[in-house]
Amino acid sequence: MPSMSLVYDAVNVGDALPPLTLPPLTRTTLALYAGASGDHNPMHIDIDFARAAGMPDVFAHGMLSMAWLGRLLTEWAPQRDLREWSVRFSAITHVGERIVCTGRVTEKLERDGEPLIRVAVATANEAGAVKLTGEALIAAARR
Amino acid sequence: MLDESLIGRSFPPHSADVEAGRLRLFAKAIGETRPEYCDEAGARSAGHRSLLAPPTFATCLYMDVPDPFAWLLDLSIDLARVLHGAQEIRHFAPVYAGDRLTFSPRIADVVHKKRGTLTLLVKETEVTNQEGVHVAAVRTTLVVRAAQANDATPAAAD
Repeated sequence: MPSMSLVYDAVNVGDALPPLTLPPLTRTTLALYAGASGDHNPMHIDIDFARAAGMPDVFAHGMLSMAWLGRLLTEWAPQRDLREWSVRFSAITHVGERIVCTGRVTEKLERDGEPLIRVAVATANEAGAVKLTGEALIAAARR
Repeated sequence: MLDESLIGRSFPPHSADVEAGRLRLFAKAIGETRPEYCDEAGARSAGHRSLLAPPTFATCLYMDVPDPFAWLLDLSIDLARVLHGAQEIRHFAPVYAGDRLTFSPRIADVVHKKRGTLTLLVKETEVTNQEGVHVAAVRTTLVVRAAQANDATPAAAD
């Protein structure tokens, strides 16, 4: 992770974050994530349960995608500068999909005397179908 | 009953330990390989007091109870009809291996959508550590499909 904070004047609206491309999603990842996160909802790991609930297959935990966006953000700025962030889960992430996480600076602002960078983030599959959208507020240094 | 009378209902706080092994497994699951998150010596040499928890980890740990979905059952909500609609996290202080976090959840809002076929259930959880430091505030929006809704076409996805 970068050790230095973003410099407010060096960041411009429209700047793109370096994208993060994930390998194709596997069932192994879903099993590992279920155990590591504590989210044992069978919808994500038990195909029998998923089918009984009317879904064709298991699918990714929403919070797994948010964790990937966390990697995107903390590879761009130190984690200590991440003030707040939010995501909307708009479509299911399926087994086998190759997800790309992207971010773009949308605003520079000041709140309570602190310079902040607003970033729009998203995850999408290779075809460009958006799965998650969200935004983050990251603190920046004045110089 | 899933209605506005639930707004303001709080649930008993619970606590969970941030274990180093658990953090390493979490890092593996999300594909995180940087030393701050996986290697104690690397974390310390980067200026951290121990392994750093990734920014969503504390949010996940609030499911670390024997039956994390019991509160939904108590509200007569079928887990198979629940999708995760949105998540918001505000961070106030870092979380490290060795910390013990306490989670205090409450229902912040209940909103009916699409002529009652969907209900948004908003839960807010305050997270403090063993020193009483407020480390995070989490806002979770769950989408609950009514029993008569078409099971094959969820409007939002987890």
